[in-house]
Amino acid sequence: MLNQLTTVQVWVHDQDEALAFYTEKLGLELRDDVTVPELGNFRWLTVGVPGQDVSIVLMAVPGPPVFDDETRGQIQALVAKGAATGLFFTTDDVQTTYEELKGRGVEFAQEPTQQPYGIDAGFRDPSGNQMRVAQLSG
Amino acid sequence: MAYVPATRHLLRAKDLADARYREPLDVPELAGAAYLSPAHFTREFRRAFGETPHQYLLTRRLERAAALLRTTDRSVADICLMVGLRSVGSFTTSFGRLFGLTPTAYRASFPPAVTRARIPICLQQAYARPQSRSFREDGAEKHR
Repeated sequence: MLNQLTTVQVWVHDQDEALAFYTEKLGLELRDDVTVPELGNFRWLTVGVPGQDVSIVLMAVPGPPVFDDETRGQIQALVAKGAATGLFFTTDDVQTTYEELKGRGVEFAQEPTQQPYGIDAGFRDPSGNQMRVAQLSG
Repeated sequence: MAYVPATRHLLRAKDLADARYREPLDVPELAGAAYLSPAHFTREFRRAFGETPHQYLLTRRLERAAALLRTTDRSVADICLMVGLRSVGSFTTSFGRLFGLTPTAYRASFPPAVTRARIPICLQQAYARPQSRSFREDGAEKHR
C-alpha cells in the first residue's frame, strides 16, 4: 500500500530564477540543492512549504541523453504556453496572502474569487506553470 | 471585541520570525506585529517563551543554516544570506557558539549532501546514460 506522497516535480526554464521565485516571493523553503558530477552535473533542487513534508523538485528541462533536442524544445514550449504542470496551495487567509505575494511582485492572473470550494486566486511562476492559492471552505 | 490574551500577540511575532527569517527582519518589526514597543516586547517575549526575540530569531536562522549545510552544496556565504543574515563573520561566530563548530566543520561532520539527496533511480539512470557513443553496430546499420 502506498502511504505517502513525498515529491512532486515542475519543469522550470531557469533553476536559479525559479529558486528565487519560490523562496523569496512565495516563501517556500529550500530543501535540497546538490549538483551531481556523475550525472552530467544534474542539479537536484527542491523546495517545500515550511512545516509540510512534500518537496517540489524544480527541474530543468534536460537535453541529451535524457531527451533529444526536439523533445526538449517541445517541453519548453508547452511549459511556456502554460500547458504543462501546476501546483495548488492553500492558505488560511487568501486576501492577506494575495496582497503579500502581490507586494513581492507575483503576477496574478486572477484575484481572489469565490468558488464553490472556497476563495482562491491564480498566478503563474516565471516559467508559466499554473499556480493557485485557495482558502478552502470548511 | 473579544478578549485576546496578550501572549496571542507575542505568538504572532514568534510565527513571523519563523515565517520570514529569510528577510531582513529585526526586533522592532517583530515588536510591531505584537503591538508593543521594542523594549516592552523583548521583556514580555522573554517571559512567555524563555528567550529574547533576538535570540529566538537568530537561533531560527542558525537552525535553518545548519539544515542547508547538511542538505545543499551551497557556499557558507550563500547560506548566510539565504537565512537573512548579512555578515559572514558574525554568522560564523554565532554558529560556533551554538553548534560548537564552524559552519564548514559542521558540514564536514555529516555525509556529503549529495549522498543524502533522494534522487529517484529513474532520474539517475536517465542522466547517467552515456551520451556520445560510437558503437560498431551503428556503422553496421548504416551499411546494411
